[in-house]
Amino acid sequence: MERPAFTDMAFLEVENVRRSFGGLVALDRVSFTVCRGQIKGLIGPNGAGKTTLFNMVSGLLAPEVGQIRFKDRTITGLKPFQIARLGISRTFQNPSLFLRMTVLENVMVGRHLRSRASFLSSSLRLPGQVREEQHIRAEAWRHLEPLGLAALADRPAGSLAFGQRRMVELARALATEPELLLLDEPASGLNTREKADLNQVIRRIRASGVTLLLVEHDMALVMDLADDIVVLHNGTPIAHGPPATIQNDPNVIQVYLGGEPDGIPPAGELNLKWTRPR
Amino acid sequence: MRFLQCNTPFATFAVLAVVTQLVLRAAGMEYCLTQLTMALYYALVVLGLCLVTGHAGQVSLGHAAFFAIGGYTSAFLTTHDFGPLPEPAWATGLKQARVLIEHSDLYGGTALSVSPWAAVVVALLLTFVVAHLIGYPALRLKGHYLAMATLGFGLIVSKIVVGTAQLGASDGITGVPEWPLGFGLTVSGRRTLRVENYYIACGLLLLTLVLLRNLIRSRVGRALQAIHDRETAANAMGINTAAYKLGAFVLSALLAALAGVFFTHYTGSISPSEAGALKSVRYLALAAAGGMASLWGVTAMSVILNYLSLRGFFGSYDNAVFGAILILIISLAPEGPLKPLGQWLRHGLNRNHHPRDETTGAPPGASDGAPRIH
Repeated sequence: MERPAFTDMAFLEVENVRRSFGGLVALDRVSFTVCRGQIKGLIGPNGAGKTTLFNMVSGLLAPEVGQIRFKDRTITGLKPFQIARLGISRTFQNPSLFLRMTVLENVMVGRHLRSRASFLSSSLRLPGQVREEQHIRAEAWRHLEPLGLAALADRPAGSLAFGQRRMVELARALATEPELLLLDEPASGLNTREKADLNQVIRRIRASGVTLLLVEHDMALVMDLADDIVVLHNGTPIAHGPPATIQNDPNVIQVYLGGEPDGIPPAGELNLKWTRPR
Repeated sequence: MRFLQCNTPFATFAVLAVVTQLVLRAAGMEYCLTQLTMALYYALVVLGLCLVTGHAGQVSLGHAAFFAIGGYTSAFLTTHDFGPLPEPAWATGLKQARVLIEHSDLYGGTALSVSPWAAVVVALLLTFVVAHLIGYPALRLKGHYLAMATLGFGLIVSKIVVGTAQLGASDGITGVPEWPLGFGLTVSGRRTLRVENYYIACGLLLLTLVLLRNLIRSRVGRALQAIHDRETAANAMGINTAAYKLGAFVLSALLAALAGVFFTHYTGSISPSEAGALKSVRYLALAAAGGMASLWGVTAMSVILNYLSLRGFFGSYDNAVFGAILILIISLAPEGPLKPLGQWLRHGLNRNHHPRDETTGAPPGASDGAPRIH
């Protein structure tokens, strides 16, 4: 697969970020950039700090040191809803749906930041609010259908299977029309077929102009999709580059396989493991 | 057709209100309308709780205090003698605008008090400010901080009310004038206006139900439900969670205060018991009994139970009954007793109308065993 070159200025910049919980340093001296239109992979063993990093970019946690900039604007210290309004949306490692609402209503919540009806206009059903509500509904449908969720629209989200929940969460995030989408382990808990569908969906999302930051444990998927990968280990980046480079990086191999540097297996063997079977 | 379907409950409510009145008249029990009217005003408070607790998931234990703020502000301003006023232009202006009106006091002299319409504006503005002061710090945090803040606030308000001589201390304020609403309607406890006032209360409740129904089925209602279900995800979807929780809380406080204003003008008095923490617990118990999030369940339960309480059915165990209701609901049927009951009834009806049961001659639902409560 031909990978486009990304030479324009940084879209998302993470600069020298540090965060600890109690005495445990979850992230330290983390810096990287994401270019517009890229799929950036973020990998690392469990506990490497990937989700902490996601939570900082989306505003759920504040970094103790360092800065995060989005489109040349500092977003550290902003609240999650403010960051969402700037065009960053996300999914969660455990699908975090509004369980008592229907699938359609969940996706309609995704249109919240693209609509504005107030307490007053909603209770009075003013004409503008009624029109906006119709628009919200139509837009929600538009995001349900490509993910194969139309048949589930009226089901309560709490009644869905795990894989379906992931898709609804993705639809909800896309309904916000983000410029940057953070996906936290979108393939975990999915079966092989669902993973193949997910691969196609992510490609379509990128093709529509959305930049993606992807945390994923499924190496085949990351290696196939990502233009560029950051490897985190114990809270710091140990490698950064295109998939081919990462696969042959001695540090990465050591971290993942736990071998000594001189015990590195030949690169070809690893490639077999890390490439999607075609 | 769709319009009819959406509005069936409202039409049912209206029909039920009229039928109740006609039946009571035919039975010669029109005196019951007085307690029914009071119960309808209390239902407004519980509907406010339905929004803030049932939909936004924030527990308030201070709604009696907002009811009291509305009632006491209005009672104080309309009974207190502000005269004789100095002569400057603003004072005459206020009189000319009928913000201040002269009326005769207890001893036959003239007193200068605030007009009921001006008083209700002041009462609602005061509630608006106080609800922000209580809600703003508590609702920026996740968790049950609002319950704690409102509990403390409710206790403070009830102590202030009992301890302030100008608010009548433990006697409360009596002699609150009637409130001419315009269009020939007057909020008043006069016997001749009993039916009229019953319909005023019904109308106010119906209007509130329509507005709340609209709100719940909108972008705002979805945002509140999202906060209730998963606050973190709601925030990440661009919902200013603190602002929405505050909005719902202030709106429900305003509803409680408005109910207090109407109630006070209707009964002509307000007493410190309306401000007590036990009243707040009662409102919460009624919301729980109605299913928290269900506008119709909450309305039905709070009108019926408050009516029974006002007619003295629970005797001196009044508050204990509402406490027991709260405990039973929360431990046995967190969604309220109406929903399981409705499902059970529907289940039973479906079985009885099942054609196969009739053709086989088997007793309805013979294969199904006892009805299950879901």
